[in-house]
Amino acid sequence: MNLFEFQGKELFRKFGIPVPDGFVISNDGELDGRQMQWPVAIKSQVLVGGRGKAGGIKFADNLDSAKAIAKELFAARLKGLKVNNLLVEGKLSIEKELYVSIAIDTSRKQPIIMVSQKGGVDIESVSDSDIFMQQIDPFVGFSPYMATAASKALGLNADLSKQFSKMLSGLYRLFKQYDAELVEINPLVITNDGKLVAADSKVSMDQDSLFRHPDIKGSYDDLTELENEARLKGYSFVELDGTIGVVANGAGLTMATLDTLLLHGLKPRNFLDLGGTDNSDIVKDAFPLILKANPKSIFVNIFGGVTKCDTVAQGIVAAKNEFKISIPLVVRLSGVHEEEGRKILEQNGIHAFPNMTDGVKKVAELSK
Amino acid sequence: MVFIDKNSKIIVQGITGHQGSFHSAEMVRFGANVVAGITPGKGGTAVNGIPVFDTVAECMHLKPDASMISVPAPFVKDAFFEAMAGGIKLIYILTEHVPKHDEMEMYANAKRNGITLIGPNGPGLTVPFESKMGIMPNHIFKKGDVAVVSRSGTLTYEIVKALTDAGMGQSTVLGLGGDAVVGLSFLDMLKALKDDKDTNSVVLVGEIGGTAEEDAAEYIKQGFKKKVVAYIAGRSAPPGKRMGHAGAIISRGKGTADSKIKALNAAGVKVAQYPQDIPALLKEGN
Repeated sequence: MNLFEFQGKELFRKFGIPVPDGFVISNDGELDGRQMQWPVAIKSQVLVGGRGKAGGIKFADNLDSAKAIAKELFAARLKGLKVNNLLVEGKLSIEKELYVSIAIDTSRKQPIIMVSQKGGVDIESVSDSDIFMQQIDPFVGFSPYMATAASKALGLNADLSKQFSKMLSGLYRLFKQYDAELVEINPLVITNDGKLVAADSKVSMDQDSLFRHPDIKGSYDDLTELENEARLKGYSFVELDGTIGVVANGAGLTMATLDTLLLHGLKPRNFLDLGGTDNSDIVKDAFPLILKANPKSIFVNIFGGVTKCDTVAQGIVAAKNEFKISIPLVVRLSGVHEEEGRKILEQNGIHAFPNMTDGVKKVAELSK
Repeated sequence: MVFIDKNSKIIVQGITGHQGSFHSAEMVRFGANVVAGITPGKGGTAVNGIPVFDTVAECMHLKPDASMISVPAPFVKDAFFEAMAGGIKLIYILTEHVPKHDEMEMYANAKRNGITLIGPNGPGLTVPFESKMGIMPNHIFKKGDVAVVSRSGTLTYEIVKALTDAGMGQSTVLGLGGDAVVGLSFLDMLKALKDDKDTNSVVLVGEIGGTAEEDAAEYIKQGFKKKVVAYIAGRSAPPGKRMGHAGAIISRGKGTADSKIKALNAAGVKVAQYPQDIPALLKEGN
């Protein structure tokens, strides 16, 4: 779960990481009577990258211009997202833009510091050779020598290195105390007067440790409406751009189902993992989500273990009747109570197969 | 078989919970030697005839070899440290939604204390009709010489059943767990299987995200003698989207199915297009 820039910067302040002076507004009227150092940057608070290029960051020299810009940014949608807040802060005079982050290296199972002189661009597009990486042993934690090595890679002079070491130490404390998956400053700005300032913030929280951080207000703006609805209902759901609705159990099997559909020339509309359940209502309640995505047909792929096939079949039949499903519906059931399950489906006029590929072939035939 | 056999004494931390009580009974039915359960405050009771203790220390006179942890996510780290303090060297965590920083801390401790950590968030370890720690369905197995190592749950059962249906039994089946940070990896398991006399071939069931499959491929290339075949889930996954498992995400262009398939092929490992093709691939000559 990602925090907004202003939330991340509040945390930065708490951990002694320099950020520009600024404040948050939720309508243009809130600009009246505020102390500002002109010119200011007015930044849309949305959870997508590339805000600047999309027109979500503007600059103003005086109050009238700032209010006009604020009005315009609040009215427009940015990459499809509504702008609820603007961050207004003093515009930085930039000498150079750098990159720094601390993330989890899942291969080595420990934190990793990444720095690059190629700041201000999407780090996804920067090649490994332009990134300096420094592992952190969790038993040791952050130690200043790590900052020395990183400063060198960033080409910083002695004074900036000193500032950077303090900053990196704060960033690690924030990463650890808040159970973050990622803390990123991009760009990390060297100002004309030789100061290091975090011009932006990206803090990704670990969803699974939010119970330890009641002070963090979550936002799920980066999920689609349907993904958010699924999240609230407890389904693992990702919206995709195809036409075949998918319901399966287990993340691995769900992925394998999408892959098998694609290998047969069928594009999935979604990823939906029921998880381990033996409750037919959980099966039934997945269907309204799928139907809202307007698929051409639906493929259900279940391997029964803890999840019994007859329970699943009852859920599917209930869904078909209650939600009046009229598009093609094909089910693959294998595992515990599979024969009972397929019998229930067939008695209700639903295509049932014991094998995934046979099921997918039927979907292909019915989707023509 | 690796890590456990029919003599291994297993304890279940969190045995009185819904998952703990159901699956410990299934484990016993499969042949596992479950000697104790741990739930603070429930000491002196029993679950399906298995004695329950308040603490791990109180059951150590039974000399347990392994612990399965099935407690709510916020308490997993504590349960792990308790098992570690007791001196248990094989710890499997069933629980999902464990905080990532807890996972890093547990892994660092496991490494320093010679503990084999399995999971979190995987279906566990099964040695057909010898022993089982975890939640894999009992009826899909057949004893044999194929080891299966997987990052997923249901997809593992699917492939194990396909093997069983094809008359190919299993020596050991291990679920590594779907989280981004887990204990045992493909590489660790290949090292463990290298000299296992019961295993003649290995099936790797991988998925997008991370580099565990690439690391395994590198090791196989350096001279792993047994036949290895694989399946990789997530060929169709778009970058940046988490496909259910926290670990199943493509970032910075890394962890794609293509990269994994390429690395495995370069190590002489055939990768199946469909899960049910695994038995046929195993039968093929190299």
